[in-house]
Amino acid sequence: MALLEIKEMNHAFGGIQAVDHFNLRLKGGELNGLIGPNGAGKTTIFNLVSGFYQPTSGQIFFRNTNTAGLKPHRITGLGLARTFQNIRIWPEMTVLDNIRVAHHHSLGYGFLDCIFRTPTFLRREREVTTAAYEILESLNLKDYAQELPKNLPYGLRRIVEIARALATRPALLMLDEPAAGLTSADLQGLIDMIRMIHQTFQITIWMIEHQMQVVMDLCQYIQCIDFGVTIAEGTPDHIQNNPAVIKAYLGDDTFQCC
Amino acid sequence: MKQFSIPAVLAVTLFILMGMSLGEGINLYWQDVIMFMGINIILSASLNLVNGYMGEFSCGHAGFMAVGAYVSSLSSVALFTRSSLFGAPILSAGWAVPLFPLCLLAGMAAAAISGLLVAIPSFKTRGDYLAIITIAASFIIKSSIENIKPIGGARGFMGMGQVSAAMSETADLPWMMFWIFLGTVFTIWILRRFVSSTYGKGILAISQDEIAAEIMSVNTNKMKIVAFMLSSGLAGLAGGLYAHKLGYVNPGSFTILKSTECLVMVYLGGMGSLSGAVLSAVVYTLMLEILRFVIPWINDLLHWAQLIPAEYQVTQIWKWVLIPLLLVLLMQFRPEGIMGRHELDDYFPWIKKFYRFK
Repeated sequence: MALLEIKEMNHAFGGIQAVDHFNLRLKGGELNGLIGPNGAGKTTIFNLVSGFYQPTSGQIFFRNTNTAGLKPHRITGLGLARTFQNIRIWPEMTVLDNIRVAHHHSLGYGFLDCIFRTPTFLRREREVTTAAYEILESLNLKDYAQELPKNLPYGLRRIVEIARALATRPALLMLDEPAAGLTSADLQGLIDMIRMIHQTFQITIWMIEHQMQVVMDLCQYIQCIDFGVTIAEGTPDHIQNNPAVIKAYLGDDTFQCC
Repeated sequence: MKQFSIPAVLAVTLFILMGMSLGEGINLYWQDVIMFMGINIILSASLNLVNGYMGEFSCGHAGFMAVGAYVSSLSSVALFTRSSLFGAPILSAGWAVPLFPLCLLAGMAAAAISGLLVAIPSFKTRGDYLAIITIAASFIIKSSIENIKPIGGARGFMGMGQVSAAMSETADLPWMMFWIFLGTVFTIWILRRFVSSTYGKGILAISQDEIAAEIMSVNTNKMKIVAFMLSSGLAGLAGGLYAHKLGYVNPGSFTILKSTECLVMVYLGGMGSLSGAVLSAVVYTLMLEILRFVIPWINDLLHWAQLIPAEYQVTQIWKWVLIPLLLVLLMQFRPEGIMGRHELDDYFPWIKKFYRFK
């Protein structure tokens, strides 16, 4: 049984074929990369898998469930979490609350429990708070628990967003350009952190990334897409030397590269 | 000790209010003002749930208030009084006190269900478009009531005075003061518990980034239903209390002007602040009453200074110029409202020593 299986997925925005016959099979435990020039359709693939868009054709199976027609929060409940290219944490809620609210699907109590403060409610609130602190601790964010994310520096906000995604207890974590906007000094820290998450949380990671340093360092298997079409896939070494990839990134005419 | 301080303060306040009303310590006029204050607190706090915490713009609060007012009035009149519509009372007057909360609850339930009229469109729509839907919903409700002849149509419905009379047969207490006080405390209690739980914080997440909320496993549609139904249900409670306090209702009381009043209170107090909602309702109610005295003074002053023609009188209508003007100034100089997004204990941390919210 594969963790995630994408079969012949297509997606068109009007006349533009954004994703063209995309295939992927993650059996679980991998750290895979998805690269491609701007506008290649990488984020569209993430939006399709996380349930924001419905594929025009093709199928997505997550943990043997066909995710067609499922709302994003249901898919997240199945164990798939993602981050966004432009950080989307809740800026006016404390870091701790950001993490706690991400437990929404597993709260296990409803409106009446919350009004009457039933034993279930009290127990679950305690458990959720403990779990949230554990996640913050593992990512060295504990000191910021009571801060508002809008007051945090950019690099930390990225980490908070990853922490929040981890709080949904995913089996598959999809990172959309985690290194975007980070300084080169922060980059090594990010690489170490992603590797740490992959190992300690025992989860599969699938990431979109532009920074070749990050991708080549971390990923075991990389797919490169251009105009929605998968133009190359393989190990980092294979991708680095693939003429089609070089052509897609640098263009035909090497003089125009700058 | 800390967890008993708030119930104790509330009990003492209720006791003093009841005692003073009974013993003419506060005259009927001030009793009215206090009761309207309570009703306004319910309205502004409940609207704050949607407009403040959830970040939607609902401006049809008066419609839900109307549903609550009519349903609770009809049920209480049918149960406890002799009326032309329902005939003889179903129950004796002795039941009026214990069963009155059930009438209010019926009004709340009906208002909450009518809240679905807004909640379901909110799945796909937000912002300005949803605001238009909320206005439409309140018009639907108002004109439906106007066209149901048996309950009085546009003339309104009365007989709730006899309900109060029936309650007074049990014990001669200022019952409406009692119920409004309980209703206000109930509203704050239920909202406080809702928004402080991880479950309720889901609606804050919706207001700050709906897409992120959905992807982080918050069932946004369900949370919107919960928030709209709770908000409109509490508006229904305010409506029920309002109807029984006045002794009559007519659809004319639930126009867009009433909804605007609710909005003014929410924005005056601060979006997403319960203490702000309470404070602004108190300030707003007092302001309306103070203007009642201030406007004649202004009139005299302007005549004395001969700034306006002698035959022109500054009348109470000017209230509706001065209050919106105040709102303009508020938006200009303190757009976040009195409290902003904060609660009272964010500004005065030392008060945390004296209480604990449960």
